[in-house]
Amino acid sequence: MNLDFSDDQKQLQAQVRRFLGERCTPATVRAILEGPEPFDRALYAGLAEMGVLGAAIPEAYGGVGLSHLELCLFAEELGRVIAPVPVASSIYLAAEFLLQAGSEAQKKAWLPKLASGEAVGTFGLVEGQGRMTPAKVQVTARDGRLTGTKTLVADGIAADLAVVAARTGAGSGPEAVSLFLVDLNGPGVSRKPLETIDPTRSYAAISFDGAPAEALGGTGDGWHIASQVLDRAAILMAFEQVGGADHALEMARDYALERMAFGRPIGSFQAIKHMLADMYVAATLARSNCFYGAWALATGAAELPVAAATARVSATTAFQQCAKNNIQVHGGMGFTWAFDCHLYYRRSNALALALGSLSTWESQLIERMRAGNVEAAA
Amino acid sequence: MDFDDTPQEAAFRAEARAWIAANAPKHLEDELKRASFGSSAVESEDPLAAAKAWQKKKAEAGWACLHWPKEYGGAARSPIERVIWGQEEGAYGALSGPFIIGHGMCGPTVMAWASEEHKRRLLPPLASGEEIWCQLFSEPAGGSDLAGLRTRAVRADDGSGDWIVSGQKIWTSGAQHSDWGLLITRTDPDVPKHKGLTMFFLRMDSPGVEVRPIKQANGASGFNEVYFTDVRIPDDQRLGAVGQGWEVSLTTLMNERLSIGSGMSTGFPELFRFCMEAEIDGAPAVDDAAVRSRLAQFAVRQSGLKYTGMRAITALSKGETPGPENSIGKLVAGATMQDLAAFALDLQGESGVVWDPEESPQNGRFQAMLMRSPATRIEGGSDEILRNIIAERVLGLPGDIRVDKTVPFKDIPTSGRAATK
Repeated sequence: MNLDFSDDQKQLQAQVRRFLGERCTPATVRAILEGPEPFDRALYAGLAEMGVLGAAIPEAYGGVGLSHLELCLFAEELGRVIAPVPVASSIYLAAEFLLQAGSEAQKKAWLPKLASGEAVGTFGLVEGQGRMTPAKVQVTARDGRLTGTKTLVADGIAADLAVVAARTGAGSGPEAVSLFLVDLNGPGVSRKPLETIDPTRSYAAISFDGAPAEALGGTGDGWHIASQVLDRAAILMAFEQVGGADHALEMARDYALERMAFGRPIGSFQAIKHMLADMYVAATLARSNCFYGAWALATGAAELPVAAATARVSATTAFQQCAKNNIQVHGGMGFTWAFDCHLYYRRSNALALALGSLSTWESQLIERMRAGNVEAAA
Repeated sequence: MDFDDTPQEAAFRAEARAWIAANAPKHLEDELKRASFGSSAVESEDPLAAAKAWQKKKAEAGWACLHWPKEYGGAARSPIERVIWGQEEGAYGALSGPFIIGHGMCGPTVMAWASEEHKRRLLPPLASGEEIWCQLFSEPAGGSDLAGLRTRAVRADDGSGDWIVSGQKIWTSGAQHSDWGLLITRTDPDVPKHKGLTMFFLRMDSPGVEVRPIKQANGASGFNEVYFTDVRIPDDQRLGAVGQGWEVSLTTLMNERLSIGSGMSTGFPELFRFCMEAEIDGAPAVDDAAVRSRLAQFAVRQSGLKYTGMRAITALSKGETPGPENSIGKLVAGATMQDLAAFALDLQGESGVVWDPEESPQNGRFQAMLMRSPATRIEGGSDEILRNIIAERVLGLPGDIRVDKTVPFKDIPTSGRAATK
């Protein structure tokens, strides 16, 4: 039994934490929140240099050739400082799509650029409101060209490359959907920035008007591949969420120790202590579920779909709980623009929707347990 | 990362599995697996006799109290081997119910504080299940506020050095079939509450000890009241110094929370099975979106507890001490079980009110869970006390402001005696 990361892995995590501690302060996050840039380019370049971006990409494709276990721990650190960089879109998603389904030529063309940060990738799936289904995919691919609009693409302003889910067949089933690689700097692509609850990440609607596109994976395999990659990305994002939850809890704890009211630290009132204890419980359960996810991700276990949904549901719940109660513990000051609480509140609620909303993952978890993996979580 | 045994662990597991296969009371297996939470594990025969028989068999073959030293009836096995044993013992572990308090709490306290002679006398029959122990701590006026206890011990005036004990304990699990009790008393009411306590052990058949079962809210009677009327205890049955009882009790309480919190069931697998069978508008309940959302939240709590436990086992396996994350076990399991049981009844519709093993789904398991779970959230440290412990010991928040810590015990206001100015 070894449900823990190795000492070497923890040491690498500590290095990344130190780096981010210096290079990604709340001021860094605010600069993106309040400024015109879609992400912090210098920070992103620094992360590439440290090997964070290329951690799980093989050396043959310009990566560092570590494993997804290291990437999980790096994700936790990025989440802890709510780093304003497109790692999730470019690495957890685009790079993972290429690794899982890309041809040799596609991997050679794009993975080194994603690992070095020279290019940013993303995934275009969402069209319109509500839970995405194959039937809702209306962006159409014909003769190597895409037409239609992806209404919400994370990091869509900054991205150079998109993996796009597009319709290649009739009907509402998954077999009508295929994946395509699109150079977003090429012809037939227009982007419109979106106002969101979390401007520390950029979002865009991207319209394709006969944009040249190259198939990624087989025709009709798109939904299936996307589902696999989303599971993998969900585990990595769950680590970000656990990092964020941990930090929000720490902020609340520190403030409860320092803030005096009624002649004593507010952290001595049980109403506050118990709220903080419940935040700790949620964060601890989520962390343990994430370890399970990391194991599944690293070993490619048959349980991966259940483990991914478990980690994701648990981490989403924990980050939302910790971020909202962090504001509560801070009282009125927690609701000011000047205090950093809202940065975590924004991010917790944005990440809760990214890769599919909480209720979607809840439903998937039960569906997958029903399909025969109930013993896995029992 | 892996869930595999080391070669030594695998060898130990194989040995344990083979011995259990050859020796376990197989005729009880089905019944043990079916047993509802909060009811007796065995009903087809005398449950205490069945428990004692299995414990004796284990002790004779060296499988009892695995982590205790051999000279005290244990097997000097490592913590991880103890965990593996528990996994292999499976449903038969439910037979150990009558020994949980003795092995988990009284034994470690005796081991830490008793004389060598007493340890060699008391611990082996405790390990083998021949003698059962109970823990006489809580009182009507002091549960969470344990140090507010009022049972008095005074020196006998005959020069023997013996102590004479009078008072009342409550919520004592298993007192009715215990041979020994671990008893905390007040020996000095003139000093602050934590400083005037002293710990003893005593025979439960001592003259003046009376055990009265409590009829609980769920109709069962697992807990008791224990009355002490001029009970004489020799001074050599004192654990720790006079006035050191609070410190001694902490040994017990730390073990209590570890032992109760580990591997607690939440009832999730049973609920999931039920949701596969039950129907909403002609379709399986598990396909309903609202049901899925609730189930998923229960699922991740159950799985979070499971993998938190595995992280602790990993630490043990490496020879490290598990971290504070272990303290969440009972807090999560108790509340989860209560919510989950109410949800299962909700899915049964109006008929959820029926609690009849013949009529209710899964033999009335969820009704039994609903009715027993309030106690889980109180016994062995209430949810509120556990949150205080997490907040203070894990998160480093200040303790409560206490009005009773420095005043003599006799001057502390109680429910029946308001503060005087």
